[in-house]
Amino acid sequence: MENALLEIKDLKKAYGEHVVLDDLSLAVNKGEVVVVIGPSGCGKSTLLRCINALEDIQGGQVLLDGQPVLRQAKNISRTRQKIGMVFQSYDLFPHKTILDNILLAPMKVQKRPRAQAEAEALELLDRVGLADRKDDYPRQLSGGQKQRIAIVRALIMHPEILLLDEITAALDPEMVHEVLQVVLDLAKNGSTMLIVTHEMTFARAIADRVLFLEGGRIVEESADPKAFFARPATERARQFLRTFEY
Amino acid sequence: MDFEAMREYLPLFKDALALTVRIGWQGVLLAFLIGIACAIIQHMRLPVLRTVAAVYIELFRNTPLLVQLFFLYFALPKIGLRISAELCGVLGLGLLGGAYMAETIRSGLESIAPIQSESAQSLGMTGMQAFRYVILPQAVSRSVPGLIANVIFLLKETSVFSTVSLMDLMFTAKDLIGMYAKTMECLTLLVVFYLIMLLPVSVLGSLVERRLRHAEFGP
Amino acid sequence: MQSLGLDVLFKGKNFVRLLGGLWVAVRISLISVAISIALGLIMGMLMAGKNRVLKAMFRVYLEIVRIMPQMVLLFVVYFGTTRVFGWNLSPEASAIIVFSFWGVAEMGDLVRGALVSIPRIQYESAEALGLTTAQVYLYVILPQTFRRLVPLSINLITRMIKTTSLVMMIGIVEVLKVAQQIIEANRRTSPNAAFGVFATVFLLYFLICWPISRLAGYLEKRWA
Repeated sequence: MENALLEIKDLKKAYGEHVVLDDLSLAVNKGEVVVVIGPSGCGKSTLLRCINALEDIQGGQVLLDGQPVLRQAKNISRTRQKIGMVFQSYDLFPHKTILDNILLAPMKVQKRPRAQAEAEALELLDRVGLADRKDDYPRQLSGGQKQRIAIVRALIMHPEILLLDEITAALDPEMVHEVLQVVLDLAKNGSTMLIVTHEMTFARAIADRVLFLEGGRIVEESADPKAFFARPATERARQFLRTFEY
Repeated sequence: MDFEAMREYLPLFKDALALTVRIGWQGVLLAFLIGIACAIIQHMRLPVLRTVAAVYIELFRNTPLLVQLFFLYFALPKIGLRISAELCGVLGLGLLGGAYMAETIRSGLESIAPIQSESAQSLGMTGMQAFRYVILPQAVSRSVPGLIANVIFLLKETSVFSTVSLMDLMFTAKDLIGMYAKTMECLTLLVVFYLIMLLPVSVLGSLVERRLRHAEFGP
Repeated sequence: MQSLGLDVLFKGKNFVRLLGGLWVAVRISLISVAISIALGLIMGMLMAGKNRVLKAMFRVYLEIVRIMPQMVLLFVVYFGTTRVFGWNLSPEASAIIVFSFWGVAEMGDLVRGALVSIPRIQYESAEALGLTTAQVYLYVILPQTFRRLVPLSINLITRMIKTTSLVMMIGIVEVLKVAQQIIEANRRTSPNAAFGVFATVFLLYFLICWPISRLAGYLEKRWA
């Protein structure tokens, strides 16, 4: 893969003796949706945090557009603008209204004029069906609504790739759908995404490629999600998928 | 109760109140400045300065203001540092208060979950921007109840100024009791004047607190 | 430069006298804290209850304590009440009354806060098991508030010890007063004694309060 948008080479992450990511390599092409699944503690969330340089790494490299992503680099802020990240716990800024949550980064980081950014924010809010909540505070919104706002907050920066870290794990079941619908729309419009999730049905529907991660390594990789979920090649993946059946 | 005598004493108490308020607010202001500086030094983990701040905070939080004042006023001149009683009051209050303010602000900063800073940085903000736009405003509004309590505490502590012969409320009351033995009259005036000074601060404080809570989370 | 007065400290029984003064201060605060904790527990339980009149009275009481400097209260009790009621109060007794008056309010508010933070369901499920109100508090509720209250009560001790420095103003000979006496007595031979002696008093207070507040901080962190 020569012109991969995101390339990870031999990434190693450890907390002392405990190895979380073990020489992991991975590439994501432009327009591709890659879904990472695996048991809890397998390192999938850490992987996303390392890509966004929120963690120190012990070896290997993360390349975006061929440029290394380095935690201590001077231009890390510029690099992070190209990477949109949405967390499990949404983490909206509680002291700002919905609109101000969305506008903070475009205005302070990208120095865009308010009117222009606001117009785009309203358009995005409309797309996720929350235009009428723009003057509310995060506390007044449901979990599903907050998570849709968090996605908008990432999108307005025009990231080249979106990292979604178990974005439905903290939600009530009836809110999962409204959030996943937004993500499915993004995929349809050609967004590049790296998604960590526990929603297997969703993973099967959205993925161009599935990675099964365990013990900090990619145990199985499949470019045919339908086939993977129906009949995984490895015994470990089979066992893992079975835990989702009753 | 001798109201005639009380009326006679009133101007003296008014002067004393003016002095107490003046020194009190200068001291509180100094306390805020010192507190903010120390909190930032500790939050940013600046080497050396951080240790200095920590030692200062522990020293002044664990000793009484009265002892600090005695040291400033009676001991320092012996090594050639002579300061006026008034400056001594402001300095003492500021140093004592700075240590308390620093702790309050620091615990406000620490109460903001690290993921708030991470999500700000993942939007491309620098560490400074995340601190300024995301962490600081939340930390300040969380610190407000503690900061207000500190202000009231400091204004109360002004009552020890009389010991370094500042003619504050306490000094005036003590002086008048000693001279005319109108104990009840003087004590009543003393209590009333402290109420005049501190009740508004306390009421204003709870109003601000309610406003901020409102602003932080919306109606 | 002349001596800074450290020599004065070790002349005769001066240092022992200083420590004796410190003990006077510590004793007053320990007695007051004991009274504050005992009465504060009762106060807090009453305040967590439903009686509105009691609650309103407590609010006023708390507000008075929060606003009035302890020094003013000391004067009111020592000079004021003795005159109005004609009784005889020793300075120590006045100090203990004032510190307890202050401590009970603070402690009561802490206990109240800890009690209302326990979810309603804890009371209900204890009552559903047939426990009496006293048993509910004794076996279920109070143990849960213990971890929160212990560090805060320890903090109250240091605050009281620091505030005892005020009692010299009503004539109790505690460490600061002893310090003044020592300086006064040696004015001729070592005019700079004020520096050494007051610096020592400063350090003595620190050496007593610092370990106690470290302990409180440690427990708070550990039991959080």
